[in-house]
Amino acid sequence: MLELIDISVGNILIGLSMVIRRGEYVLITGENGAGKTTLFNTISGIIKPDSGRLMLNDRDITNLPPYKRAVWISSVLQDPRVGTIGEMTIAENLYLASMRRKSPGQNKCMKKSIAFFKEKLKVLEMNLENRLDEKVRNLSGGQRQALSLVMATIADYELLLLDEITASLDPKNSKTIMNLVDKIVRDKGKTCLVITHDTDCIEAFRGSRLILSNGKVAKSTNMNS
Amino acid sequence: MIAMQEILTSIDVGLIFGIVAIGIYLTFRTINFADLTCDGSFALGAAVSATLIVDGVNPYLASIISLISGGVAGFLTGILNIKFKIADLLAGIIVAFMLYSVNLRIMNNSPNITLADERVIFSGMNTSLAIFAIISFLVLIMVCLLFSRFGLKLRAVGYNRQFALISGVNTNLMTISGVSISNALIALGGSLFSQYQGFCDISQGFGGLVIGLTSVIIGEKIFAFKKEPLIIISCIFGSILYRIFINIALHGSTFGIRTQDLNLLTGFMTIGALLIRKRCRNA
Repeated sequence: MLELIDISVGNILIGLSMVIRRGEYVLITGENGAGKTTLFNTISGIIKPDSGRLMLNDRDITNLPPYKRAVWISSVLQDPRVGTIGEMTIAENLYLASMRRKSPGQNKCMKKSIAFFKEKLKVLEMNLENRLDEKVRNLSGGQRQALSLVMATIADYELLLLDEITASLDPKNSKTIMNLVDKIVRDKGKTCLVITHDTDCIEAFRGSRLILSNGKVAKSTNMNS
Repeated sequence: MIAMQEILTSIDVGLIFGIVAIGIYLTFRTINFADLTCDGSFALGAAVSATLIVDGVNPYLASIISLISGGVAGFLTGILNIKFKIADLLAGIIVAFMLYSVNLRIMNNSPNITLADERVIFSGMNTSLAIFAIISFLVLIMVCLLFSRFGLKLRAVGYNRQFALISGVNTNLMTISGVSISNALIALGGSLFSQYQGFCDISQGFGGLVIGLTSVIIGEKIFAFKKEPLIIISCIFGSILYRIFINIALHGSTFGIRTQDLNLLTGFMTIGALLIRKRCRNA
């Protein structure tokens, strides 16, 4: 369970409180400047709140740096060029992502993890499993975002944060990525926070919705039923 | 015509400065940290080992202590940057500036120390072979280090700090470690160079950064390796080539160039290498 208790960050988030239960799939939306990305950065630890507390499964993570939170919180960033390392190979990117937390199937040695990586990449149906030694900068935006999704889910996690992951993609790639989110994330029953203002993504979304406005939760609806 | 002996000397010095080039590669390229501690830590390594050797300490032990002293200097630069939020360039300049006084104190306020009559690391063996063996060993260690999990994290910090951070990499620790390892290598380079030359001078490190950087750029351009950790081998080749170029240019004042023009020549070479690099990138 993720609990935000009276979180304030400058005048962007003002006394924001919310509770997201374990296994919930929540969409957070709102206008530009509503505080969506600040909320993402606050949960992932990149921004430290001025006040308030952040609890994840009864652990107080308010003062933990991002690299310590990464054991439980996994993120996919808006720009796939920031969410992956273009100068490294696909295998190295996956290996780096898998170091976050020990998971079944992965190995301490990169060479011994190749079969594990291939298995994870097969789900994408983009033939990336046969391009493991290729530099990530050679991939298209859609492929890079799909890879970053696999990287975020390659190691076990308790909370997945998706920050406008379709914002820099064309409609076709956006649809592919959202289908992959459904395929890779939803069925696992993990807590997932999707931040977006992509209307197609909002319309197709099945889950709870929170609308942010002026740094506060303006509206909350449960669409699970 | 340049003599064979002069080429061999260029290779020896090039190999020693290759360690400095690896150190500079580690900060400027691998972790993307503009570290200017180099000039100070090179002289620090030379000062520490020369003083210890004159005091009768085993030259191997003296070299290891100089390596550690360089690591401490780098650690200080890293701490100034990470904990005190001083910009990387400034942190390096401050530490290098302070090291001048520290080095003078280490050398008992004498601007130079002679090692002519002392037993140094190369005594009683073929100097070129000994240098080659030491450098090969160091390159092997560095390649293994950069191929390891630690090395992958170091590289990730240099390429994409934000991504590394959310991927569970302690970027502060990696930066401090990278700068410390870099300066440890540079100080070892200073130690070996003073033992090779047979003396240590307080101004020995001056220009080391530019020379090292030029070697890195020449190496990267001419000996391009596909796998990134192997690029450190090209730093060594770049350093040797740089020494040979300089030796040829200065040889017998062939082009009217004199020894005092060394810095000017090095500067032109650096600019040339950078321009070639830029053109290749644009192409």
